[in-house]
Parts: sequence; C-alpha cells; structure tokens
Amino acid sequence: MLTHYPTKRSVLVPTLLYAQDEIGSLTDEVIAELAQRLDLTELEVRNVISYYSMLTTKPRGKYNVQVCTNIACMLVGGEELLGHCKKKLGIGHKGTTPDGLFTLEEVECIGACSWAPAIQVNYDFHENLTVEKMDRVLDEYKKKGTQ
Amino acid sequence: MASLVSHPDEVRVVSKRFGQGATNIDRYLQLDGYKAVQKALAMQPDAIINEVKNSGLRGRGGAGFSTGMKWSFVPKQSAKPKYVLCNGDESEPGTCKDRLIFEHDPHSVIEGVMIAAIAVGSHTGYIYIRGEYRYLSIIMQKAIKDAYAKGFLGKNIFGSGYDLDIYWHGGAGAYEVGEESALMESLEGKRGIPRIRPPFPAVVGLWGGPTVINNAETLAAVPHIMLGGAEWYAGLGTPKNGGTRLFCLAGNLNKPGVYELPMGYNLKKMIYEVGGGIPIGRNLKAVVPGGSSTPVLLPEEIDVPMDFDSVAKAGSMLGSGGVVVLDDSNCIVKFALRTMKFYRHESCGWCIPCREGTDWLEKTLKRFHAGGGVKKDIDNIYYLAENMLGKTFCPLGDAAAMPTMAFVKKFRKEFEDHLEGRPCPFERTGVLERLPVFA
Repeated sequence: MLTHYPTKRSVLVPTLLYAQDEIGSLTDEVIAELAQRLDLTELEVRNVISYYSMLTTKPRGKYNVQVCTNIACMLVGGEELLGHCKKKLGIGHKGTTPDGLFTLEEVECIGACSWAPAIQVNYDFHENLTVEKMDRVLDEYKKKGTQ
Repeated sequence: MASLVSHPDEVRVVSKRFGQGATNIDRYLQLDGYKAVQKALAMQPDAIINEVKNSGLRGRGGAGFSTGMKWSFVPKQSAKPKYVLCNGDESEPGTCKDRLIFEHDPHSVIEGVMIAAIAVGSHTGYIYIRGEYRYLSIIMQKAIKDAYAKGFLGKNIFGSGYDLDIYWHGGAGAYEVGEESALMESLEGKRGIPRIRPPFPAVVGLWGGPTVINNAETLAAVPHIMLGGAEWYAGLGTPKNGGTRLFCLAGNLNKPGVYELPMGYNLKKMIYEVGGGIPIGRNLKAVVPGGSSTPVLLPEEIDVPMDFDSVAKAGSMLGSGGVVVLDDSNCIVKFALRTMKFYRHESCGWCIPCREGTDWLEKTLKRFHAGGGVKKDIDNIYYLAENMLGKTFCPLGDAAAMPTMAFVKKFRKEFEDHLEGRPCPFERTGVLERLPVFA
C-alpha cells in the first residue's frame, strides 16, 4: 500500500484499522511499531487514533455490537433496541461482557437508514431488526463465539 | 445484504445495473461497461468537461455544485501531480445510497473516476470508502484488481498511451471526513480537520496538487452521461438540475428504500406513493428532505419538486438524498436533541463556534427536553444557532445551525409545551408496541 501514495503517512488510517482488526485494539507496541515504520512520532499516531471513532486503544469484546440511534433508526425504535441490548447483555455503552464476548456501542449513522433499525456487529450489518431478531442475532454470535 | 426495492416511477440510470451481478467485470462489460471511458479517451478533455457541464449534473453528496464547472477549475498546467478523489465517506444521517452503488455497480464508480481523470489530466485516482463499509471495500478492491488485470488501469490503458492508477483507501469512523478538504487531510494520514478555502481543492488539493473531489453517485452518473449524451441526461430532470438521483426514503414510512427518481420529482408524491405513506394510520408531522443537515419541512410545505433549486427556494436543501419522514408520534424537541448530539459528537473541534456551539446546543436541548427548560431557552437556542451560521471553518457548523433554527421556528409551540417542568408530551409509553422494532 505504501507505493500508492507520495507520502508514507497516508497509509496510517487504514493501516491502524487493519492492525486493530488483527490484534483487537491499538496497543502501545502496535503504535510504536507503526510510528517507527512510517517515520512518525508516537504522539502523531495517537493524535490520529483519537480522532477516528472506530479506533480504540482499549481492548474490546470479540464482537462489537454497534447500535445506531441516529435519526432514521431512532424513528423506528433504535433507542429502544439499544435499551434492550443493554438489558440483555448487562452492559452499557462501550462496556464489555465479563466473558469477553460482547462490547456494546451506541453509534452514529452507519448507512442503513432505509433498512432501519440497524446495527453492525464488527463489520457485519444486521438490518430491519425487531427485538426478536436482535435476540437471535446475539444468540448466534454467542454460539459462534463460544465454540 | 441491503435489499432492493422498486417503483414504476423510477428512472434507472445509476441504479440500472443493480441486482444484475455487475460487480463481475465481464458482466459489467456485457452491460455496456467501460465503453464510456474509451469514448472519453478519444475526446478532447475540454469536450468531456463541456459534456458534463451541459448535462446539468450537480454534486450528489449534498452541496449540489455543478460537476462540470468543478472539473473546469483544474488548471491545465500543473507543476504538481493532479488527482481525482471519490468521496465514498457516506455518513450523512438518512443517507444509504452510495452503499448500494458500491455493492452493485462498483465499476461504474471506477469508470467515473477514470473519465474525470482524463478530463482534467490526472493519472492517479483514489476511491475513499468509509471504514464501516468494510464489505464494500473488499468488493471495490477486487473490482479495481480486475480492471488492472484487463489492462483498463495501469500503464497505457486500453492501448491509448494514457497511464492511470486508481487505489482504494479506507476511513475509520468520522463524519467530518466527508467534507472534501477534511477528506483530503484524512487521506494524507492526518486528523480530518478541514482546510481553509481558498485555495479550493481543484487548485490546491492532495499533497498540494490540483484535486477533483466528487461524491460516488456523482461519479457513477458520469459514464451514463458520456454514453447517453448531455442532452438526454439533462432532459430527465428539470432546468439546471439534470438527471436523476437516488433518494433514500427512511423513517415512518410503509415502503422505505432507495429509489432512483428524476430530479424534480414531487416530495409529497415521493412520501405517499413511492414511500407508501405513513404506517399504522398515523399522520405526517415533518420531513427532513436531504439528510440531517437540511432544515425540516412541515406537511404543508411538502408539495415541492425535489431538485436543488426548488428545495432551496422552499427554505431547505436537496442535500444528500436522505428523505427522513416523521409521524406525529415523535417529539420534535427530542429529534432536534438527537440531531445536535450527532453534530457535537462529529465536530472536529477545530473552530470555536462549532465546537462550543454544538456542545452548548446539545446540553441546552437535553436539559430542555428533560423538563428543565425556561422560556428564554427557546430564543437562546435560535440565537445561538443563528450566530454559528456562516461563522464556522467548514459547513458542519451550518449543518447543525440551520436545522436547529428550523425546528425552533416551525415548532415553537412544541418547545413551549416542554416548559415549566412538564414531561415530554410524546414520551413513548403506550406507543412502544407500535414501533417496528417490537414487531
């Protein structure tokens, strides 16, 4: 990817996301390594991380359940769906279940407005949700995650 | 993935190949793919720009600036390399259309970038896709790879002697990055803080070189314009608002979905005929015509042609095509609050009026909706928003301010109903069972 741009720095944002996908979060080691490879200071890398909402330095659960509560989803029950997830998983916004399986996040518009209410689990979209469907989705991930 | 819908009033241009397997390059070629770019290679760059100008194509990302005119701002000679940047950072609440283009017809975006590059003399294009759209990035990366494999990209494309590289680039979660100068900052590996304009990207853009930045839907329309002709495309819409656009119908509707309709299609018809009207016998309360940044319209204001100029005349904006419909079970104050929460969260923090203004608006509306509001708050909210307008470093401040002013102006009574500690009249007990989420 480095050859795609005139500056090394340009690969930073997508690379941070790929690194996070692999390791789970942006650890001190990853940040140090990336900074060194791209001729940046660690501070410069951390500055960029703090700007982008998908990037995190804190460990998360295996499945990040991102519930949209922005306007289109809100009108058809997105907030209620979030409330249901909070109750079912027993955690709040950016919380992680004790078994490390789920993190829950209230997110801004994910681009599924015409199929609302919608969520993302990691990168997968789950749309046209009802509370019942939501439960099934979570149960499937739980099964997958504990195999 | 995201399901497709249809309506007889649709005029399929950009969505012509949806559902037909056009992600496969051979299928795309069968469906008239990569013909437009070959036509462009044989034309003078100025002729391409004129064709796009005459088509009446205007930016589909939200601002609606004439695409041909934007391309014409790129200087002929340039010491620094020129770039074409596709804005696929679709994040405007209510908008979910570029997603479908990336999912069903990614090659049309590639071809649009190619034609733009040939028109302005660029040899490098980037297709920036928001980080959340990972499955679409995978599709796009494969499409680009397939185009290279056939010699459509790289050195000497189509044997024409023209070199052209196109690369995918991914974001990582930021609405502000959809603003074109912040998009460039993000692509350069930095925080998405916008740049001062002038100079505009067409003159000084990526790494200082002239850069054309267009929304994905805008670029996807370009090959169709080259093949069908400017006159045909212009004729599909209204004067100075050529063509069709993807409208994302969302909210309290019977048939939400993404529909491609001619520019100028009537909003009332869109809501009641295409969208199937309001479910469960409720009534229309308000419509946000083009994504959360556009001022709300009242039921008596929806008899308006949906093109840039007509909606502007009606006091709002065509915007990104996100048509969000509210029924009368919703609280406008709560809706305004959620909108401000979004802008406060997404504000890049660079300039005071936006950083402080969005925060102050959210805090005030939160207190107000919870019953802690005083009469003065209503005018203060309006006054604060009015003073953000035009004073911020980029349009995000305006995107927060204009809707707020419209909410207060058009729903003042509803704001007043929340005063004196009264509970929100729309608290959703009793309405819960009728929300689709509880079906």
